[in-house]
Amino acid sequence: MVEYILIFISAALINNFVLSYFLGICPFFGVSKKTSSAVSMGLAVTFVMTITAIVTNLLNTYFLKPFDLTYLTYVAFILVIASLVQVVEMFVKKTSKPLYNILGIYLPLITTNCAIFGLALFGQLRDYGLMQNIFFALGAGFGFTLALVIMSGIREELEFADVPKYFQGVPIAFLTAGSLALAFMGFAGLIS
Amino acid sequence: MQKRKFTLAIAPHINTQEDVSKTMLLVLYALLPALGWGFYVFGLPAFWLTLTCVLGAVSAEMLMQYMRKRDIWVIKDLSAVLTGILLAMCLSPNLPLWTGFLGSWFAIIIGKALFGGLGYNIFNPALLGRAFLAISFPLLMTNWTVPIINTDLSAVTTATPLALSKFEHIFTSLQTLFFGMHGGCLGETSALFLLLGGLFLVYKKVIDFRVPLSIFTAVALMTVLLNFFTQGQAGTIFYNFFAGGLMIGAFFMATDLVTSPVTPFGNIVFGIGIGIIVMVIRVLGGLPEGVMFAILFMNGLVPLINRHTWPRRLGQGVVNK
Repeated sequence: MVEYILIFISAALINNFVLSYFLGICPFFGVSKKTSSAVSMGLAVTFVMTITAIVTNLLNTYFLKPFDLTYLTYVAFILVIASLVQVVEMFVKKTSKPLYNILGIYLPLITTNCAIFGLALFGQLRDYGLMQNIFFALGAGFGFTLALVIMSGIREELEFADVPKYFQGVPIAFLTAGSLALAFMGFAGLIS
Repeated sequence: MQKRKFTLAIAPHINTQEDVSKTMLLVLYALLPALGWGFYVFGLPAFWLTLTCVLGAVSAEMLMQYMRKRDIWVIKDLSAVLTGILLAMCLSPNLPLWTGFLGSWFAIIIGKALFGGLGYNIFNPALLGRAFLAISFPLLMTNWTVPIINTDLSAVTTATPLALSKFEHIFTSLQTLFFGMHGGCLGETSALFLLLGGLFLVYKKVIDFRVPLSIFTAVALMTVLLNFFTQGQAGTIFYNFFAGGLMIGAFFMATDLVTSPVTPFGNIVFGIGIGIIVMVIRVLGGLPEGVMFAILFMNGLVPLINRHTWPRRLGQGVVNK
């Protein structure tokens, strides 16, 4: 159990996907203008990440590795993640309208996002088991949501700031993200 | 700041002598004892470093104001001077002067001016400058010297008390820490003078007492808790109060009027968050000291804290039946 918690914390804080690996930058800047949409996006990413972690792990253990097909990793992972998430989106749309309203519109946006794909590849690279991979995904998703929500809070505040003309919008958001990444560096080496 | 025309409303008006430069001046007064002690203990290099940082901060502020075609004499409000002094006080005293200059430029330009100037910055400029230097020049930034009053030679290197206790399990005596006869940052060594300055600011109501109080409470509780789980590796409560940058952080950095929450309850949440992160980094993390990172992290959370601790307006949420 301790091992799973460590994987979770490590993925959420120390090796935060956005602020230390710089993965998933596009949704990070695209959907961080409002806190409510940031929360939805974070949940959607966590959801997709968890599905990805389960599926790619099974695929890797029971198909790619036994048949010595690891050179097909990229193709196989992209295909499976993208198609599965589309199916899940249709399923959610059909069965649960409220859940679809929260997650639905963000699901197609992030199926082939680098954060999701990075998670699948990290899981394979580190030889995680199924449970380890799931906790890794939950941690990464939590870390992503945390970064996104903090960022959206700051950006809502910056709407009223007297930012120089050429730094309004995305430039100042990049500077903010850099400053946040500096703050997150304090967690380096937290688990050793 | 932009010159806008204000239309006055009808009476009554409340008049006050308070303004930005008065507040900054009070903070400067409060910092003087600790700064003076830093000069006395670390000698001339400390003085030159402080001067460089102040000049750097003021010149950067003037440059940015000039480029934005604003009044360059806003530096009279002393906020840039204060940023420079605060930055210098959390640097190693014999740091090369150009590094200090670079840090203060980063602090003012990236940390403050680009966010819109005084009042709009999200992160504490001085700490952002220091974090930038700590990440960019890790070797220079961890090159500490023995206080010159303890040795005949200048520039004998040493480790800070927190690094000693963390990596070699040597605890510096409380007395040394309290009066500040040990290696460390220029202005963080003397807990006594920082405490006096901080209490002066609390008395003058420049800073909110809730922030330092909740930081110290959280640090004390976390010390007890972590000692329980790590078999006493965290040190005593007072050791954690006096060592490292907690004193200057709690009284002068975290309480920055711009980057701390505006609501009373928000300030408590803010302080508790800082205290917890400081102790987690000090005891469980890879770095000996985490005050800077803790404050920067909580600075980032301030907009959210403000929004969720907003007091209820009178009559808000009341349903008439």
